[in-house]
Amino acid sequence: MASRIVAFNLNGRDVEVMVKPLTTLQTVLREHLHLTATKSGCRQGGCGTCTVLVNGEPMLSCLLPVEDIAGQQVVTLEGITPVEGLHPIQQAFFDNYAIQCGYCSPGMIMIIKALLDRNPNPTRQEVMDAIAGNVCRCTGYESILRAAEDAARRLQSA
Amino acid sequence: MSEVTSAVARDVKKEFHVVGKSVPRRDGVGHVTGKTVYVDDISFPGMLHLKMVRSPIHHGIIRNVDFSAAEKVPGFVRVLTHRDVPKNIYTILCLIGVGPDEEPVLAVDRVLYKGEPIAAIVAETEEAAMEAVSRVRLDLEELPAVFDVEEALKPGAPILKPWGTNYFVYEGHHCRRVRFGDVEKGFAQADYIIEEVYNTSPIEHAPTETTACVAKPEPDGRYTVYTNTQALFFTMDNTALILQVPFSKLHFVGGTVGGGFGGKVDVIVEPIATLAAMKTGCPVKFKYTREEEMRVSSTRSAWRMYFKDGVMKDGRIIARKVISYADSGAYNRHTPYAVTKHAANVAGPYFIPNVYIDAYCVYTNRQPASAMRGFGVTPASFAVECQMDKIAETIGMDPWEIRFINAYRNGDMRPHQKVVEDATLIEVMKAAAELAGHQLPEHLLKMHSWDREKA
Ligand code: FES
Ligand code: FES
Repeated sequence: MASRIVAFNLNGRDVEVMVKPLTTLQTVLREHLHLTATKSGCRQGGCGTCTVLVNGEPMLSCLLPVEDIAGQQVVTLEGITPVEGLHPIQQAFFDNYAIQCGYCSPGMIMIIKALLDRNPNPTRQEVMDAIAGNVCRCTGYESILRAAEDAARRLQSA
Repeated sequence: MSEVTSAVARDVKKEFHVVGKSVPRRDGVGHVTGKTVYVDDISFPGMLHLKMVRSPIHHGIIRNVDFSAAEKVPGFVRVLTHRDVPKNIYTILCLIGVGPDEEPVLAVDRVLYKGEPIAAIVAETEEAAMEAVSRVRLDLEELPAVFDVEEALKPGAPILKPWGTNYFVYEGHHCRRVRFGDVEKGFAQADYIIEEVYNTSPIEHAPTETTACVAKPEPDGRYTVYTNTQALFFTMDNTALILQVPFSKLHFVGGTVGGGFGGKVDVIVEPIATLAAMKTGCPVKFKYTREEEMRVSSTRSAWRMYFKDGVMKDGRIIARKVISYADSGAYNRHTPYAVTKHAANVAGPYFIPNVYIDAYCVYTNRQPASAMRGFGVTPASFAVECQMDKIAETIGMDPWEIRFINAYRNGDMRPHQKVVEDATLIEVMKAAAELAGHQLPEHLLKMHSWDREKA
């Protein structure tokens, strides 16, 4: 099947990519645009490492054909990382040692960003529900929950 | 405050640069910004992709492999079979003197587990490689398979190894043996005989990042291999041996691992990807799919452990006999070593004057088992501590007390003939009781590791 051009907004910039039908957003980000902060733990919707925001909603980019998001707004971890310093959620992850191997961290940070954008003061249970689809094999989750709570405090006092 | 914690408190009053302080991680900013480069984040122009043709059956003879349809897939570059691998039969632990070689990089005429690699396909894209793999026609003759360690040792079981047994041979013996004192005499003197069998299951490490590498030919004739192995130089040495090239031909780059837990110490993707780079002159990536990681990569081995203990009314364990079986799966990987560690530790951190241990490394038609966090010792500790509770319950003694009474003291001889020099079990148990808010009786608090109190 022939490739076609898909246009969308990525981290505030308009981009156009040439893709075969059913090419996923994950493949476009990682392989066409070389934006590798979005990870690839399973490519079958099971791990959450590929989480990005589409119009503010968290999505698994490995399950998302890029044609489906034509014209929409995509934000990846690259898009929330300031030129200097860290985003408050990143800082909270760093300070609370919510990272071990770091492979789940991009997806975790994006899912927590989505949560805090719509619920600035979540309960611990709400954080747990939010990250339920994101696997971390290293930390045991406790430090990630602490980081999420710390991030909420930082964002509210900012 | 106990002696231990006060000793620690005394020490931390000293000024250290790092000890006792929280130190920011050097790789932390990379991790939270997504700028850390994992192997799968690396790609090069003209990079090819490798996928494996795998056995769909647990045990069988390879009669024929037909690549003709696979070769027609657009993007197909080439196939690699066992004939292309300079030293196809290897065993990872040859580097520490374990032998003989027994695992093929690519199967020759037989497959011993479901998922065993038979041939590698190199293609311009991952999709093309997968498509070509799916077009390979395998003609296999299925053989009976065995999945249980004790079944595998019975007469009449399908024999998996060229040396004619389903167990690893330890210096001429059918298992790793430890003999200390006279266990039968101990049983004869004991007030209680307490027997139990313990089983553990295989566990997949399930690292969030799957096993992967990229091998790249360099203009100076060397090969750079980017890998997420947990054992960089070990992997480089094994790759050089398998490919029969001098170590200086290989430059391994690693250290960034997206979770390993022991699952990334086997030398699996690097030799074949490097060979593919040699044969094609192009960079080659070989990354496990999640399915391969879960179904084909090695697991923690399953264990079965038979315990028989002779125990006195006062709580002293005076004899322990353990017969253990590790399920190594189809090949060695790290299990022969795990079994040795197991044999050295399965009597537990306790002084027992009469010990008899037979620990078997058994081959079955399961995917190979290997290293995982304390492999060999972890199942031993599970069984030993369950057994200690069972002993306490049987003789009607407090489970803390039974452990204090039997704990190693400095100067005790361990069954594998090592003198204990650095015992800390009693101190650790005191600290654990304190943390758990459990009040230990005076006579236990008086005990310590550097001397055995007179009874
Ligand atoms: S890579 Fe998308 S959920 Fe795992
Ligand atoms: S830090 Fe390794 S998976 Fe979460």
